Amino acid sequence: MSVPMKDGSIKRRPLKRGWTDTLLLVVLLLAVWQGLAWVIGAAELPSPFTTIAFTGRLLTSPSFWPHLLETAKAFGVALLLSVVIGLATGFLLGMNRFAGDLLEPVLVAVYSVPKITLYPILLLLFGLGIAAKVAFGTIHGVIPIALFTLAAVRNTRPVLLKTGRVMGLSTREMISGILLPAAMPEIFTGLRLGFSLTLIGTLLGEMFASQRGLGFMLMNAIGLHNVDVIMALTFLLVLFAGCASGFLLYLNRRFYQHV
Amino acid sequence: MKRATLWRIGLLAAAVAGLEILCLAGAIDRLTMQPPHRMAVDLVRLLAGGALNAAILKTLGNAALAVVIAMVVGVAAAVALHRLPSFRRLLDPLFATYYAVPMFAFYPLLVVLFGLGDTPQIFIGAMLAVVAVIVNTLNGLDRIPKVLLKTARVNRLSPWETAVRITLPCAAPYILGAAKLAVAYALIGIIGAEFIMSTSGMGYEISYAYTNFDNATMYPLIILILAVSIAVNTLLARWERALMVRRGLA
Repeated sequence: MSVPMKDGSIKRRPLKRGWTDTLLLVVLLLAVWQGLAWVIGAAELPSPFTTIAFTGRLLTSPSFWPHLLETAKAFGVALLLSVVIGLATGFLLGMNRFAGDLLEPVLVAVYSVPKITLYPILLLLFGLGIAAKVAFGTIHGVIPIALFTLAAVRNTRPVLLKTGRVMGLSTREMISGILLPAAMPEIFTGLRLGFSLTLIGTLLGEMFASQRGLGFMLMNAIGLHNVDVIMALTFLLVLFAGCASGFLLYLNRRFYQHV
Repeated sequence: MKRATLWRIGLLAAAVAGLEILCLAGAIDRLTMQPPHRMAVDLVRLLAGGALNAAILKTLGNAALAVVIAMVVGVAAAVALHRLPSFRRLLDPLFATYYAVPMFAFYPLLVVLFGLGDTPQIFIGAMLAVVAVIVNTLNGLDRIPKVLLKTARVNRLSPWETAVRITLPCAAPYILGAAKLAVAYALIGIIGAEFIMSTSGMGYEISYAYTNFDNATMYPLIILILAVSIAVNTLLARWERALMVRRGLA
């Protein structure tokens, strides 16, 4: 929401307040973390300061980077596949009423099922290694993107579609000129969800039957009872996921909700 | 039944039949996947044999516990946050990004803190579920018509009576929606945690069967978990829809 000023400029007051609120929230979370560290004991739960210091050391150690790269590669490929397959499925099902009715409940059912149970099947199909992780990340991310795109395309205002037909647009022009712009706000929400779920899927895949990646490092650290590594990795992952999601939310608001 | 439903059933049946043919013809080897009819036979054998009863009971029991914790904590937190709008605004970004965080990353830490028992699994399940409950309940509380709350004040209802007679019944469809999400999230959390690292439960049995190439146990268990979670989700969704329709919301 924006507030028009006397001189005609637009002041984004709520957005600004959002920043101080976020800052306050971060301080609050750090305080809770510090409090828990005092209660539980630093040997079991290191304090924010110790963790951040250790994270700095971890980031400069050469053995850490191959794992990070492995995870980044798996996540990147999985995200790309999720977006491409998700958008394609969403548009196909959204533009064809019957196909949508046919397959939407299947997608919804798969969405709410514990997909980790399917991971052994993927491992048997793709073998141990990066392919299974990519596939697992993709099946997590693809469904929300497809579902949101489907709903958005289906709910496009009929007058827009009629206008397109009157003007004799081809299917491709229809998608690029009408459906995509009209559906973009909702698709963006789907992409944000897909981003997070792909990350979750990729990491989950690494936590089981994997020899590389951040997920593997986490599981390895349990065996070694290395709480510092666990905390540093969890901190990094939460930081990355939180910032990415926050940034996407911000973009979403900036582009589509300032009317 | 609607045409799409019939076609969907047909499509799924065709997919199963296709798998069956591919397996029997040897295009998919036995080490990768059993033919579907074998999975069904094995599932009946496993359930009748009772060897998995303990694991099934444990997982479902833990999931139920996690759902109860998430519902109690979530609804209570939502009611409190509804009363404290400034605090709610502060926590809003947390709720918005909560599900972006890979919650399973916390599992190793929880194992270190609580040991490798049921506690870290229930904790993960409840942690995943609780924010969905809070957000949905808040949504429901926001939609209570002002006139009803005014009526309550005119009739001098106590806060407790207002909650029992007006607030909760009014928000019921949304709270049920929250319960539906809580069940799905709790199952995902608990089975995932069991799968990654644990000593018992359905998720553990799957990963144990996987490491031992025991497809005769693994596939029936996967089917069982999928069937249970789809059945529970569908039932709750039906009930939610019925409530919404009665309220004129759907």
